[in-house]
Amino acid sequence: MDWVDAVVQGIMLGGLYALFATGLSLIFGVMRLVNLAHGDLSILAAFLAIVVVKVWGINPLLTLVVIIPLMFFFGYMLQRLILNQLLGRGLLPPLLVTFGFSIIIQNLLLEIFSADSRRLNPGGIETASMALGGGLAVGWFSLITFLVAVLILVGLQFFISRTALGRAFRATSDDQETAELMGIDNLHVYALAMAVSLGIVAVAGIFLGVRTTFTFSSGPDRLLFAFEAVIIGGMGSLWGTLVGGVILGVAQTIGAKFSPAWGILTGHLVFLAVLLLRPSGLFSKATRDAS
Amino acid sequence: MGAAAGVVTVVVLAALPWWGDSSLMRVLVEFISLLVLAQMWNLLAGYGGLVSIGQQAYIGLGGYALIVLADDLGVNPFLSVPLAGLVAAAFALPTAALVFRFRGGYFAVGTWAVAEVYRLLIANTTALGRGTGRTLAAVFPMARDTRELYTYLLGLAIGVVAIAYTYFHLRSRFGLGLMAIRDSEPASGTLGVNIFRMKLSVYLIAAFGTGVTGALIYLNLLRISPDPAFSINWTAYMFFIVVIGGIGTIEGPIVGTLIFFLLREFLSEYGAWYLILLGAIAVVVMLRAPQGVWGLVSDRWNIRVFPVQRRLSGLGAQAVITPPAAPPP
Repeated sequence: MDWVDAVVQGIMLGGLYALFATGLSLIFGVMRLVNLAHGDLSILAAFLAIVVVKVWGINPLLTLVVIIPLMFFFGYMLQRLILNQLLGRGLLPPLLVTFGFSIIIQNLLLEIFSADSRRLNPGGIETASMALGGGLAVGWFSLITFLVAVLILVGLQFFISRTALGRAFRATSDDQETAELMGIDNLHVYALAMAVSLGIVAVAGIFLGVRTTFTFSSGPDRLLFAFEAVIIGGMGSLWGTLVGGVILGVAQTIGAKFSPAWGILTGHLVFLAVLLLRPSGLFSKATRDAS
Repeated sequence: MGAAAGVVTVVVLAALPWWGDSSLMRVLVEFISLLVLAQMWNLLAGYGGLVSIGQQAYIGLGGYALIVLADDLGVNPFLSVPLAGLVAAAFALPTAALVFRFRGGYFAVGTWAVAEVYRLLIANTTALGRGTGRTLAAVFPMARDTRELYTYLLGLAIGVVAIAYTYFHLRSRFGLGLMAIRDSEPASGTLGVNIFRMKLSVYLIAAFGTGVTGALIYLNLLRISPDPAFSINWTAYMFFIVVIGGIGTIEGPIVGTLIFFLLREFLSEYGAWYLILLGAIAVVVMLRAPQGVWGLVSDRWNIRVFPVQRRLSGLGAQAVITPPAAPPP
């Protein structure tokens, strides 16, 4: 039963990883940008939630109402004012600039909030669980996280396939120059893609902060897990991302069953195995060479 | 002029044990270590177009290789330093087989994922001291002065060889091909440059140089544990130094290392603020002056200490390219 339990917990954890991964893969899809500060931005959102909780004394989950728009706006500005300047200058500059941001954000969080580990406390729901029978239980909060992840993926899928802005995302992704000729303001589209990405990242960061403790240096691991989920699932596929997140989550919880120290390592090894055996991921639409 | 300045610098530094003290030697070993690390990262990112954020893998592997070679296998610790570079390069080969499946940004994250795997594997290996790490015991019988002197001279030699090697290598046909790839991959491919082989060799050279430096760092520190040895901060330092100094030049990392050291010393009492400032400077440099501080200086006064670029000379369209150009396909 222990093993079934580990798998169930892993699936739930995978939902959270899929949230991190979706934001990463969205901006890669639209503008071929890998945001190396992705994980740190999620931790930034979690720290912002701590500030909001402290100032207004509201439930951490309610802070989403403030933090999502804030991160959305921040994402828009980040892309519009800074990253858009680097367009057409090759792969190197955006990577270096986002890596610079990663280090700046981590050390600012260290200076402002110290190295103490923090946690968002929503008042009981994070420990409540639902019995599934046979000694099996699933945490309410894990379940909510998973369902929110699925909802966001469904919403994003709808948004990308059915709305005008989603069409603009796909158009710039397919061929930026032609999209521009068709009247798409690609600078605005890129900024909106980054905004949506950071909006999702805000949700992921706050859910992470409720689920587990975090510190100023928790960001890079999130980027790594997000990346692994994207690669396992296959680039360019939103549902692949969810499956990738779930596979990574299950690998980690099963690995941790053997020894707590082996959890994350098992996740990495599964990622490397997929990379070795099926380099384009399990559900790939795009080829990996499209950089 | 460059050669004369270089020789004078090396002679002054080689004579340092007769006029300086041991704390100065330690600082210089640290300086040289960072300089070589940055030079290797510059070779990767600035010339090879391979942005790796997983170079800490080779620092850790080099450091652990030093301990295993010197303590467990009884090799002379100073000889173990270059051997540790070979160990790092040996690990780089299978690593490349994995990470070369990615390009651009995903290559960067991929290299880092592999570095984490190495860290976690070592942190779970009892013979390597697990999470607490190990101490280099092989140098204990040696007098402290002797050890510090040898470490310093070895460090200086590594620094000189790394810079000289980079310089001559980049001026060779290899360097020409490498810069062609950096400037345009498809065009260089059609001119007969073997892109995969070039990139692989740059990756292996950088792993070797980083591994040697990792061993040098831990020969100086004497104590290694997985978290600091495989810390991504190493790559952050390389990144700051190269970007601020000037990416894609040999002088850039030298200037960058000086700036890095000065800022760190001046801001040492303000905690992590020096990293925040360095990060901000690096971002501004990328946005406003991508050629870095050295690029600004060399453009303004037209100085080049280590010229590796080809220049048109003579009248008309007669191009004089000193080393042989890439062969026809």
